[in-house]
Amino acid sequence: MDPLSEFIRGITKDNPIFGLVLGLCPTLAVTTSIDNAIGMSAGTAFVLICSNLMVSGLRKQIPAAVRLPIFILIIATFVSIVKMVMEAYFPSMFAALGVFIPLIVVNCIIIGRAEAYANKNNMFYSLIDALGSSAGFLLVLVLIGGIRELLGTGGIAIFGTQLLSIPINPITFMILSPGAFLTIGILMAIVNHIRAKKLARGG
Amino acid sequence: MVADASLFQIFMDGVFIKNFLIIQFLGLCSFVGVTKDTKSAAGMSGAVIFVMTLAATVSFLIYNFVLVPLKLEFLDLISFIVVIAALVQLVEFVVRKNVPSLYRSLGIYLPLITTNCAVLGVVLLNVLNEYSFIQSVVFGASAGLGYALVMLMMSGIRERTTLVNVPSSMRGLPHAFLIATMLSMAFVNYFGVIPL
Repeated sequence: MDPLSEFIRGITKDNPIFGLVLGLCPTLAVTTSIDNAIGMSAGTAFVLICSNLMVSGLRKQIPAAVRLPIFILIIATFVSIVKMVMEAYFPSMFAALGVFIPLIVVNCIIIGRAEAYANKNNMFYSLIDALGSSAGFLLVLVLIGGIRELLGTGGIAIFGTQLLSIPINPITFMILSPGAFLTIGILMAIVNHIRAKKLARGG
Repeated sequence: MVADASLFQIFMDGVFIKNFLIIQFLGLCSFVGVTKDTKSAAGMSGAVIFVMTLAATVSFLIYNFVLVPLKLEFLDLISFIVVIAALVQLVEFVVRKNVPSLYRSLGIYLPLITTNCAVLGVVLLNVLNEYSFIQSVVFGASAGLGYALVMLMMSGIRERTTLVNVPSSMRGLPHAFLIATMLSMAFVNYFGVIPL
């Protein structure tokens, strides 16, 4: 088990969205722009890293029978921290992400990693695992957010700087809720297609 | 949204305009996971309506009569999670003891609700919108009804399309998401139909 492959695994095979299909709600809800996608991933990454470290550090003390309530309490504590920090220092981001910041608490990615990985491995590997999953989550969110922002507003702007603009009539559909379902449906079909091709070549 | 919204408006909000599943994207895990057949979708919806209404009621009381007087509002998230988990457990005990037939049909769906973000979402939105007690309960119940409506529509459509010959890479989740796209397009139109 080498650290680098553990990190890569979080982006490819165990990617939270396309591999494990966890945490769909924030993925679809906050990806109306790249800014929101980055803010959401940063909040989730902080909670994931801290909870993985803490669960892994306490794994010998936590009784198996009550481990889930304890995980939820640990996660809720870190989410409260994120919520208060974001409300104080990034009020516009907090307003845009709204109820989805406190809802990180029930994000299945975090409790999934705690239960499936941090509960069984030491702190170093749990940290690597959390970093990998966070990177995978960030990439997918930025990808979906980028597609929706580009087609929905006709350009991409990151924190106020215009990066890219295309001469199309903005398709408002893409930043409304149907656009989210359409984007993730098509991306998932592409991922399935690539996976099937790889399998056919290997076998 | 202001605190003096009429009950009818809150009801329409919960069921159609701010539909939890396909407009606000809350509770999507169960939306793609439990809609393969109508029977389990109906069971899940029943359990969600029940727990959502109860959670909205109980958490309003806890927030306004325990947390606010003690100036502990910053503990809202932790206490809501604990309240919902305890409530689900309690409902499970009561239903199992008194209505065993209902327990058999809801059985496995009840524990799933603890981590359903739709329930926590209702509670958090109630606090955010500063709804009164009656408004909170109505919003909880109507959000549950909206959830049930979409779950039943989705599972009906998915049941009827199981034998459709779709390309192999579209089978399963991508197919479900494209159905959801069309459902969501229909619901987006309620923004204009019901004036607020």
